[in-house]
Amino acid sequence: MESHAMQLTTQHFIALLPLLITSATVVLVMLAIAWKRHHTLTFGLSVLGLNLALLSLLPALEVTPIQVTPLLLVDKFACYYMALVLAATLACVTLTHAYLGGESGKGYPGNREELYLLMLLSAAGGLVLVSAQHLAGLFIGLELLSVPTYGMIAYAFFNKRSLEAGIKYMVLSAAGSAFLLFGMALLYAESGSLTFAGIGAQLAADGLPSMLAQLGVGMMLIGLAFKLSLVPFHLWTPDVYEGAPAPVAAFLATASKVAVFAVLLRLYQMSPAMAGGWLNDLLTLIAIASIIFGNLLALLQNNLKRLLGYSSIAHFGYLLVALIASKGLAVEAVGVYLATYVLTSLGAFGVITLMSTPYSGRDADALFEYRGLFWRRPYLTAVLTVMMLSLAGIPLTAGFIGKFYVVAAGVQSQQWWLLGALVIGSAIGVFYYLRVMVTLFMAEANMHRHDAPFNWAQRAGGIMLLVVAVLAFALGVYPQPLLELVQQAGLVAVLP
Amino acid sequence: MILPWLILIPFIGGLLCWQFERFGNVLPRWIALLTMGLLFALGLWLWATGDFSLAPAPGNGPGAAPQWAAEFQVPWIERFGISVHLALDGLSVLMISLTGLLGVLSVLCSWNEIQNRVGFFHLNLMWILGGVVGVFLAVDLFLFFFFWEMMLVPMFFLIALWGHSGSDGKTRITAATKFFIFTQASGLIMLLAILGLVFVHFNQTGVLTFNYADLLQTKMSAGTEYILMLGFFIAFAVKFPVVPFHSWLPDAHAQAPTAGSVDLAGILLKTAAYGLLRFALPLFPNASAEFAPIAQWLGVFAIIYGALLSFAQTDIKRLVAYSSVSHMGFVLIAIYSASEIALQGAVVQMLAHGLSAAALFILCGQLYERLHTRDMREMGGIWARMPWLPALSLFFAAAALGLPGTGNFVGEFLILLGSFQSAPWVTIVAATGLVFGSVYALIMIHRAFFGPAKADTALPGLQVRELSMVLGLAVLLILLGVYPQPVLDTSAASMQGVQQWLGNALNQPVLAR
Repeated sequence: MESHAMQLTTQHFIALLPLLITSATVVLVMLAIAWKRHHTLTFGLSVLGLNLALLSLLPALEVTPIQVTPLLLVDKFACYYMALVLAATLACVTLTHAYLGGESGKGYPGNREELYLLMLLSAAGGLVLVSAQHLAGLFIGLELLSVPTYGMIAYAFFNKRSLEAGIKYMVLSAAGSAFLLFGMALLYAESGSLTFAGIGAQLAADGLPSMLAQLGVGMMLIGLAFKLSLVPFHLWTPDVYEGAPAPVAAFLATASKVAVFAVLLRLYQMSPAMAGGWLNDLLTLIAIASIIFGNLLALLQNNLKRLLGYSSIAHFGYLLVALIASKGLAVEAVGVYLATYVLTSLGAFGVITLMSTPYSGRDADALFEYRGLFWRRPYLTAVLTVMMLSLAGIPLTAGFIGKFYVVAAGVQSQQWWLLGALVIGSAIGVFYYLRVMVTLFMAEANMHRHDAPFNWAQRAGGIMLLVVAVLAFALGVYPQPLLELVQQAGLVAVLP
Repeated sequence: MILPWLILIPFIGGLLCWQFERFGNVLPRWIALLTMGLLFALGLWLWATGDFSLAPAPGNGPGAAPQWAAEFQVPWIERFGISVHLALDGLSVLMISLTGLLGVLSVLCSWNEIQNRVGFFHLNLMWILGGVVGVFLAVDLFLFFFFWEMMLVPMFFLIALWGHSGSDGKTRITAATKFFIFTQASGLIMLLAILGLVFVHFNQTGVLTFNYADLLQTKMSAGTEYILMLGFFIAFAVKFPVVPFHSWLPDAHAQAPTAGSVDLAGILLKTAAYGLLRFALPLFPNASAEFAPIAQWLGVFAIIYGALLSFAQTDIKRLVAYSSVSHMGFVLIAIYSASEIALQGAVVQMLAHGLSAAALFILCGQLYERLHTRDMREMGGIWARMPWLPALSLFFAAAALGLPGTGNFVGEFLILLGSFQSAPWVTIVAATGLVFGSVYALIMIHRAFFGPAKADTALPGLQVRELSMVLGLAVLLILLGVYPQPVLDTSAASMQGVQQWLGNALNQPVLAR
């Protein structure tokens, strides 16, 4: 391993292509902005780069699994999550273009182009993160993912809430990173290795993990739980979701969380030390608390973005059920659930984005602004209805398949407490998803402050949204293709 | 090949209704009527041509697949061994015919009642019925659960968007949400039980499948079987509704539009009884046998409790709703009696209650369209103010209390006769329910139609459409009461199978279980 670790062959470059193309796009977009500010040009370059990166996954798949430097392992698992991150970013970029407004007239008053730059940079971080097999890779990826999001959240900085949310996220995220680093240091001190597999092997050889190692793993979990906004580290979520511009909130809810969860899953699977003793109980407790509190707090919200924020806390609680189950269907269940969750969140935030398009000071996120939307915008409403049903996990939608998988993984490893919490949580969850749905169909109020522009379906964002809705429905009816894809994207055995 | 069409027709018809709304309000109604007519006709055609001596039964021999009158199977989600597996036997064909008939009636009874968003209303109505047909046909447990949960959404919309506000200030949205949460949460418990069963089977055989025929062969320890059975029972008990889980029903009924009430009482409650007969008893016969006394006493409690609460209502729709609780209690007793006569009675009772409850809700709806109240304290003396409707109400009230000559009598008589042997005390106490039944049925007639009139003005009479619906139901109910033999013949094989499952388990010595 040591001998050829530093030699990069063509194969290694092919495996890295998605990351290289994304990074090249970042540089290109930066240069293009420096040369001439042009909103649509920047958007076009970003979309092109992301699509190329997505396409380059095909040749990358041919050479997997392959270790590229000790830091990264590009296997089918990594490729699957790269595809998820890239597709989510692509959707968010499309939404951003609609949101910031056209060339002239109404829209975002400041510089528009840098938002794409930040988003691409963050996506590159996500790509590193999902293929990390080394603590250093994990940290680099996580910071590259997080730091640009500070700027993205505070992008509408003349809006007090946006600025406040950005600062809040920066402080808490930095605190989370500090925990993570401390935990890594403790683990390194104990095991003398930084690779996931090495740590796992070393700790397994020692027999019962020592107190120091357990503390290290615990602190790493806290750091990751901050990013995933699991209870009790969730306090930033609703404020940040509310303050961030809608497409940025969509990015936070999808690409960013998917990447972090993927690395958590890999860590958990490759280092059995993570799954021992009281840490498992702690994780179980975190999962139950996230499911119950996330759902209960969502009940009280009258703001759609805050509601989705709390609901995402609950959804990552459900995902933890599969993570804790850890054997049998677990890895697949996480893959399917994340895919359906990404799809659903993109749809929900997409509707909010289009409702707030073009940018006009604050987003249309109060629930009353959606009253009677069905009678004005039937298609937009249909999209949001499908998304709410999917979040609630009702059949005929993708969310049902995801929830089914998680429940199956839980039953298979007999996690009855977690499943009990899941049933209670879902019952509570149904209440607020239904409330949103009924609001959409209620008699029209005399309020027209916010409305999607009439030609919304013609815009790229609208088309993307319809595709998302159709996909959410199609996967709910015929999920077999997705399941096959995920089945192949399982974690491979650890390389020697 | 006809089985998937039974499900697809309502779904496609619903979409057409929704899309053709742009050409006016009349077209969706006709499309819906045609769709339901087609479904009803197909159901009757299947009934007339099928060979219903074929039905699943334990006697088919170990390892032998259950026999069906018709079957359809295509792979769906291969990862889990899930297929779109539909099958038809005597029980399901009766239920599907009832669904088709009540579908036609629910379109007809909303002809004048629903005036806004007509297309979308019929979309929801058709999709409920499509889901119900799916429940009656599915023999893949995943598919069954899929339809079971799926029909909740359109029902929710039906109550939430076209419902009436309650007389005691409860909004229709609260009622709809309550309905949804009760059934959704209990459904998830059933999903846990289904998955538990599947993984028990997987650990034994190494085959991951949701197929009914394969899962029937699963061997379980007594404790596991009991817990899994309870998971199924809770889901069905909520929909049934068995008394501690019934509180969603009166609210949902009172607030639902007429068509919603007709579907809810007429067919949705029957999906629960069907689920017990098709899945809970055959899959877990030993645990069911052990649980049978508890279930039967729950049934007795439901009969008496439903009847007493029914008597106390002032809202006429809530009265009929509680009477459904009481009537379904008889069905619950019969299902767990392990007697073929009682099981046959349960089938007749389900059909008869479907017809009579639908008729009563339709009459309540017609009354509401004229009086704009459902409060019986504001009625009184209607007998003098309009023809036909009071007399027909009296007929269906009498049917509900089990008057000989109506289907309800046949059902209740067979149930009591069959159950007496195995559970005499249950039967004796349950029979008092007939007395309470006559009390609440007659008090409804007395409060609403007799007594001093609240106003002298004559009320508009029944139109031909309204009259023919109710008269048709009355004729069918009498037919069922006088000559129930065709129904009994159709369901005989299915009920024999259920009886054998439970009977075999009951006859085993306790130690052997």
